Amino acid sequence: MIVHTSAKKRYNRRVIALSLIYSVLLIGAVYLFKHHMVSGPMAWIVGVLPALLIIAIFAAIGAYIVEETDEYLRMLLIRRTLYASAITLSITTVWGFLESFGLVGHIAAYYTSVLWFIGLGAGTVINRVTEGTWSS
Amino acid sequence: MNNRLKVLRAERNWSQADLAERLEVSRQSINAIETGKYDPSLPLAFRIARLFELPIETIFFAD
Repeated sequence: MIVHTSAKKRYNRRVIALSLIYSVLLIGAVYLFKHHMVSGPMAWIVGVLPALLIIAIFAAIGAYIVEETDEYLRMLLIRRTLYASAITLSITTVWGFLESFGLVGHIAAYYTSVLWFIGLGAGTVINRVTEGTWSS
Repeated sequence: MNNRLKVLRAERNWSQADLAERLEVSRQSINAIETGKYDPSLPLAFRIARLFELPIETIFFAD
């Protein structure tokens, strides 16, 4: 059973809103760059905007950790972030060495964030296996 | 750490959800504490003791 505390509801609302804004900004940025409509300082601003929204989602997760008053659910969430970090750091470290030795191709750095979010999902499954709950 | 939470709850005919509501925590928290998967913080342990009107050491004890 998934528990929705008030902190979790606020977190869900924030992440949905940020994800929608991110989608709009990413589509807009891709369009502008594809059609060579931005250059100079504006190109930097347009290029970094989608990344800022991903950072905002990280901040939303941090806010959820701070705002969750149920200590057990907070512990489960912190475990998920630790699993995500461990998985991401391990895979990117291994990939970095393999790439340096010319054994694998280059991957864009933003895939680190993608990997971390996948790790967050893996953390949910690990929590289910070890703690018997899907919560947080 | 072991505890008598399940016994104390049963004596009062409270469900896990009832106890969770009284302590303002999730039912998952109660289940995790009862099954020994999670040891509550000192503030939560004191809240539990206050709710059952018992000394904390009669609810929680070392293995």
